[in-house]
Formats: sequence, C-alpha cells, structure tokens
Amino acid sequence: MLIKRTPAVRSSEITDERDYLRRRDFLKAASGAALAAAAAALPDRPLRAAAAQEPLAPIAPSPFSTDERWNSFRDITSYNNFYEFGTEKEDPARHAGQLRTKPWTVRVEGHIGAPDADYALEDILGPHALEERVYRLRCVEAWSMVVPWVGFPLGDLIRRFEPTSRARFVRFETLFRPSEMPGQRRPILQWPYVEALRMDEALHPLTILAVGLYGKTLLNQNGAPLRLVVPWKYGFKSIKSIVRIQFVENRPRTSWNVSAPSEYGFWANVNPHVDHPRWSQKNERRIGRFFRQETRMFNGYADQVARLYTGMDLRRNY
Amino acid sequence: MRLLKSLVFAACLVPLGLLVWRGFTDGLTANPIEFVTHRTGDWTLRLLLVTLAITPLRRLTGWNAVIRLRRMLGLFAFFYGSLHLLTYVVLDHFFAFGSMLEDLTDRRFVTAGFTGFVLMIPLALTSTQAMVRRLGGRRWQALHRLVYVSACAGVVHYLWLVKADLRPPLVYAALLALLLGFRLYVAMVRRTGRLPHAARSGAVP
Repeated sequence: MLIKRTPAVRSSEITDERDYLRRRDFLKAASGAALAAAAAALPDRPLRAAAAQEPLAPIAPSPFSTDERWNSFRDITSYNNFYEFGTEKEDPARHAGQLRTKPWTVRVEGHIGAPDADYALEDILGPHALEERVYRLRCVEAWSMVVPWVGFPLGDLIRRFEPTSRARFVRFETLFRPSEMPGQRRPILQWPYVEALRMDEALHPLTILAVGLYGKTLLNQNGAPLRLVVPWKYGFKSIKSIVRIQFVENRPRTSWNVSAPSEYGFWANVNPHVDHPRWSQKNERRIGRFFRQETRMFNGYADQVARLYTGMDLRRNY
Repeated sequence: MRLLKSLVFAACLVPLGLLVWRGFTDGLTANPIEFVTHRTGDWTLRLLLVTLAITPLRRLTGWNAVIRLRRMLGLFAFFYGSLHLLTYVVLDHFFAFGSMLEDLTDRRFVTAGFTGFVLMIPLALTSTQAMVRRLGGRRWQALHRLVYVSACAGVVHYLWLVKADLRPPLVYAALLALLLGFRLYVAMVRRTGRLPHAARSGAVP
C-alpha cells in the first residue's frame, strides 16, 4: 500500500546519507553558527511540540551516542510498532497523521514532593537542555535500528518532582483517544498502554525522554510529542505519546506483560541467552542489512547497566 | 474453459508480479525480507482455501467443469508455499541450518508451517494425470485428502505466530472450518442415505 497522505516531510528535507556520515565535521563547522542563529531566532520562546516536524535547536552531542550508521529517516518513520494505530508495521505512518498533539498535557502524580498536577508539555520540557542520543533500538521481534533521538535524561525530570522514598517505580501511560487512534477501538492490548521502570532504571543516565529525531520534533508514528527511550530494553518498554507519569510503590502491571506474561516480562532487558517463544533472541536483523547479526547482552549497553541487575536471575526475570 | 484457465493462471501470478514490481520501485518497506515472507505466506493460505472451495462450489452450483481449475490452483498454492519457505531459508536465515533446526524444534509455529509445507510435496508430485492412473483413483484421492491436514497446519502456523491481533488468522480458520464442514456434512448425509437438499439435482455421484 502506498501512503496516500502527502508526507509531512518532503524528501528534500531528509538528510542525505553522505551528509549524515560526515555529520561530525558538519557539527563542528556549523554548531557555532547554529547556536548563534538559534539564540537569535528563539530567544525566549518555549519549545513547541508539533504534529508536523519542526527543527529543534540547540542540540548538544552526547558521549553515549553510538558511532554506528544511522538508519534512514524513512526507515525510522515508516516501519513502526505502535498498535494504537494498527498492528501492521506501515499502519502507524498511515494513520498517525490524524492525532492532534497540540495542546498536550502530562499528568504527574504519586509519591512526589510536588503536588499532583497536569502540566502543559512546555512546562514539562521547560528547563531541559536537549541532547542528541544515537542509540541502538532492539525490538523483541528480532529486528533493530540505529536512531538519532533528541531528548533529555528522564532522571533530570524526575528530580524536579522530588520523589519520596516510597516511589519505587515510575509508571507511564500513553494517550487513550480512540477517535484519533483507530487501533484502540478494539481490545488488542490493554488500553491505555502502560509501561514502567524501576526507579534506578528510570534514573539511569542512558534513559531519556525523547522529543525528536534527526534534529526535528517527533512524527506521531514515533510517539510524538513525548516518548521514553530505554536503549538496553526491548522496544516495547519505550512507551510513546506519554500523558501520565506516576510515581508508585508497587511494580505496575504493564500492557504486554499482562497480554502474554510468558512471552513479555516486566524487565524486558535485551538478552541473547533467553529466547522468546516465537523468536530466537540470539541474533537480529539490522534494518537495511541483509545478514543477521549477533544480539549483544543489554543491547550492547552492558558496561553501563549490568550493575543494575547484579544478583538477579535474568533467566527468570526476563 | 481454456480461456478461463488462462485467466486464472494469470491471476495467480499477479501477487508475485506485484512483489517484483514493489522490489523494483523500493516498495517492499524497511524490512523487505519480512514483507516478502508475509505476502508469500498469505497467498499460500489463500490459494489453499480457494483450492478447497472448488468441490463445494461444484456441488452447490452443479458447475462440474470448475474441477479442471483445481490442480492448477493447488499447484499455485504449492508454488507460493515454496517461495515462502525459500524466503525463510535463503533470505531470512541464509542457510544457517543450525538456527533453522532450532526454530523447527523450539518454535511451534515453525513446526506447524513446515509440516503444512511438507504435506504438500507428495500432492504436488502426484498431481499429473500419469500419477493419478498409476495410483488408481481411489488411492490417489485418499492421498490427496492430506490437503486438509496441510491447510489446517497452515492456519495453525498463522494463529501461533501473531502477537496480539488474532483476527486475521481467525478469518482464515473460519473459512477453512466452513469448507471442511461442508465436506463433513456431505459425508454424513451420504452415510445416512439422505441427499442434501442442494445436491438433489444429481451433482453428487
């Protein structure tokens, strides 16, 4: 099926592969100019989220970024699992255009020092400086991509709300709006979609809230305007289009885990030694490549995150 | 009938043609191997169901000539099944027999799908007139009842592989149940000696 909608992004706007392979040179040369231009153009305007893409600036590079080759903008925006818009990979790109992401509010509540309240997206993003985080994304279905996210550490946001000692887990909810999310009209999963992290996972510096990719705001099919990215876990943990962040004491029941507990664990750490009943997790297909490649423990982030799970039996806690 | 046969032949090649066209126009999605696997699998099941619909169609309408399309349709189901398996072996796993063997033993949807395909092989091999004569009509027919098992295995294969939305495989399951149920009904009626109402015109031999 061809996507009949006019794409929100013209092909002329997509970074040419030659350019992004030379991106570091480009960044060096252009960052000064870009910063100056951004400062002039957006002196005190709050960051706006958008259904169509808007450029984000300034964006700082991050030492956590991988040097691996980025997947194309087209791959990242046309091949998605976002069951709120349908179960086929092309469905989100086809149907997500009808979702309105302005205005957008996020409810923050639970065991926090700050009062429970609804926050406009602008206030959620307010003080956070944006970084580019080029991460590997490993889907539980044994395919993977490299995505240049733009976002900020979730931990920085969490600290603003001063969680109490009873806040042991952070629970997230996706928007529930069947009128604009056609996949929600049938009970394929428990709606709204729920995901959660243990507090130390949520505070880990690799864990980010993303607002963009390829230097621009997220398209709806990628979870606009605000999504989680946890690069050492299977993709379904990285919940999209977040409208609620709750600080809770007990481990929340998460959507895929509820749907099939024997197949999708709460932890969902990328682990080549524990197979999913339907997919070997020993290897993966990097989108855009022909040969499968070996899957790495914690998706290659073991040096940074393995210590979170010392003493845990990862075969049982999959 | 010859014209109809040619038309059906051409129609059966359309899904393959579309895949090739998409291949040349960058239309196979970001994961072409998965896309080709799914499409060839879909058409294997669809053509199996169409093949199984021939006998009920003939009984219900009395249009006996339609039986002459059955072998071609069955062979096309086998053709798409072969493409499906080849995609898995060559493109998806590139002859990594270790991991495919593991799939076959550890992943029940692969076991079911492979069973369905293997059962089609003797049917394809004995599809010629010469083989019908050599086996004798009765034995040939008994052998070709394997297609019921093969189609069931195919539907189970699909049911076991979907993640959350069971609706598409359940549609195939319902159609298959209808087609096999028709045969069961006819057999039961025949055993009790009563002809089904629709077939009283003499379509039942």
